[in-house]
Amino acid sequence: MLDTTRRVATPEGIELTLHLAGPVPRAAAWAIDLALRIAVVVAISFVALQLGRAGWGIVLLAWFFVEWLLPAWLEATWRGQTPGKRAMGLMVLNDDGTPVRWPAALTRNLLRAADFLPVLYGLGLVAMLVNRDFKRLGDLAAGTVVVYQQERRAAAKKIPEAAPVVPPIPLQLAEQRALLELAERSATLTQERVEELAELPTPLVANLDGARAAARLIGMANYIAGRQ
Amino acid sequence: MRQASFEAEHGADWQAFEKFLDGAQPPPFPPAEMPARYRRLCQSLALAMDRQYSPDLIDRLNGLGLRGHHALYRNRRRETQAVREFLLGGFAALVRSEWRLVGAAAILFFGPLLLLIGLLQQFPEFVHYLLAPEQIAQFQQMYDPANKQLGMRAADTNVMMFGFYIWNNVRIGFQTFAGGLLAGVGSVWFLATNGVIIGSVAGYLTQVGYAATFWSFVAGHSSLELVAIVLSGAAGLRLGLAVIAPGKLSRKSALVAAAKPAVRIMYGAAIMFLAAAFVEAFWSPHTVLPPALKIAVGLTGWALLLAYFVFAGRRAAY
Repeated sequence: MLDTTRRVATPEGIELTLHLAGPVPRAAAWAIDLALRIAVVVAISFVALQLGRAGWGIVLLAWFFVEWLLPAWLEATWRGQTPGKRAMGLMVLNDDGTPVRWPAALTRNLLRAADFLPVLYGLGLVAMLVNRDFKRLGDLAAGTVVVYQQERRAAAKKIPEAAPVVPPIPLQLAEQRALLELAERSATLTQERVEELAELPTPLVANLDGARAAARLIGMANYIAGRQ
Repeated sequence: MRQASFEAEHGADWQAFEKFLDGAQPPPFPPAEMPARYRRLCQSLALAMDRQYSPDLIDRLNGLGLRGHHALYRNRRRETQAVREFLLGGFAALVRSEWRLVGAAAILFFGPLLLLIGLLQQFPEFVHYLLAPEQIAQFQQMYDPANKQLGMRAADTNVMMFGFYIWNNVRIGFQTFAGGLLAGVGSVWFLATNGVIIGSVAGYLTQVGYAATFWSFVAGHSSLELVAIVLSGAAGLRLGLAVIAPGKLSRKSALVAAAKPAVRIMYGAAIMFLAAAFVEAFWSPHTVLPPALKIAVGLTGWALLLAYFVFAGRRAAY
C-alpha cells in the first residue's frame, strides 16, 4: 500500500476514506502551536509581572495550562483541532473516524511527554515511521489518527484541459483515480517522468511513444472528470 | 442508471444534507430526520461506488458521509453528571480494581522514602550521597523554625507558590504517567527517584532537629500529593504492562484498552494534585497555628482519603 489512506467501515455498511497526515505537516502544526503557546505565556507575563512576585504564580499557572491542558481541551471541543492543526488543515479523529472526546484527547496530549523523548519528539517520529497510520505513541495509546480535513483536498484538484478520450476498456475506481492523479501531477513532474509513466499502462496506450501516450492519458482523465 | 440521472434524482437531497451540516438557519429539514437522511446518503455512496461513478462524485459523497458520521456519532452525554459520579465513587472503585498496580507503585515510591527517613536517623552523613550541598542549604533555610512562613523563601508569596506547585508537581505526575509507555521504565524511575528525594529531605530535616516545622508543613497536603504520585505511577504501569504483557490481544489493542482506565485514574490524580497545591500554598506555610494542630489535621486528611478509597462507590456499579 503506497497510499496514505485509511478506510473505516461504519455501522451503515459503507466505508469512509480518511487521508492520513504524515510527520512533516504535523511537525509544522506543532511549531505553529508552540509559537502561539510562547506568545500567550509572554503576553500574560507582561501583564502579570506588574503584580510583582505573585505574578510569577499566574505566569506558571498559565504556562502549565497552555502546555498540558489547552491542546487537549481544544481537540476535545473544537472539531479535533488546535490552531496549528487548523492552519495546516489537519484534525484528530478516533480510529473509527468519530470525533475525539476528552479521554482520547487527554491521553494523546499527556503522552506527548513520552513521545518527546529523547529530544524533539524523537520517539514519536520513530513510532510514526514504523506504523502505517503515522501514529505517534500517544496516538497508539489513545486510539486516534491525525488526518487531513476533506475540504482541503477537494480544492487542490486541477487537471490540464484536453479533448476527452474514451478509455478503450472499462476502468475500476482505483484505476480511474490513478489516471486523475497522474493528470493532476503532470504539471509538477518533469516531462520525461510523465512520459515514462504514461507508457506503462499498455492496455490503455498500446505502444504509443511517451509524449503521445501522455496526451492520451490526460484526455482519458478529462473524460473521467466528466468533461465528455 | 447513468450518473447524470442519478445525480439529478438525488442531488437535491445531498444539497439539503450539506446545508444541514453547515448549520443553515432555518435547517432545511427537521433534525429528527437527520439519521434517516444520513442512511440514505450512505446508500447513495455505496451505489455510486458499486456503479463506478466518477471519482469526483464519490469523493463528494464520501466527504458528506464523513461529516454526517461525525455529526451523528458525536457524544452528547451530560458531562457534569459523569464527573459527579466519577468523584463520588467511580474513581475509588477504579483505584480498587487496579489494587495490584497501585500496591506496586506504592512500594516503589514509599519504600525508598520510608527507608531513607529511617536510615538518615542512624547515619546522617549519608545525605551527602543523595543531595548536593546547595540543595541541603536551601531546604535548611526553607524549614528554619525562625521563619514566619514555611516551605518558601522569605520574599515568596502564596500565589506564586501555588503557581509553582501546579507547574512543577502536576508536571511530575504527568511525566510519571507518560513514562509508563516506555515499558513501565519511566514510571518506575520517577516513582523511585521522587521517593528517594522526598525521603532524604524528610530524613535529613528530622535528624537536624527541624522536625516540628517540616512535618507541620507537609502534613496538610502530604496525603493528597503523595497518593496522587502513586496513582500516576500506577496508571503509567498499567500502560507499561500492556506493552510488556499484552496477553491475548495485539500490543496495539492491549495498549488502547489499558489507556482507558489509566487516563481515568489520571483525571482523579490531576484533581488531587490541584487540591494538594492549593493546601500547600495557602494552608501549609502558616506558623500562627500550633504544629500539633496542623499535624492532627494532616493525619485526619490521610484517614479521610484512605476511607474514600476503601469505602466509596461500593454500592453502585460503575
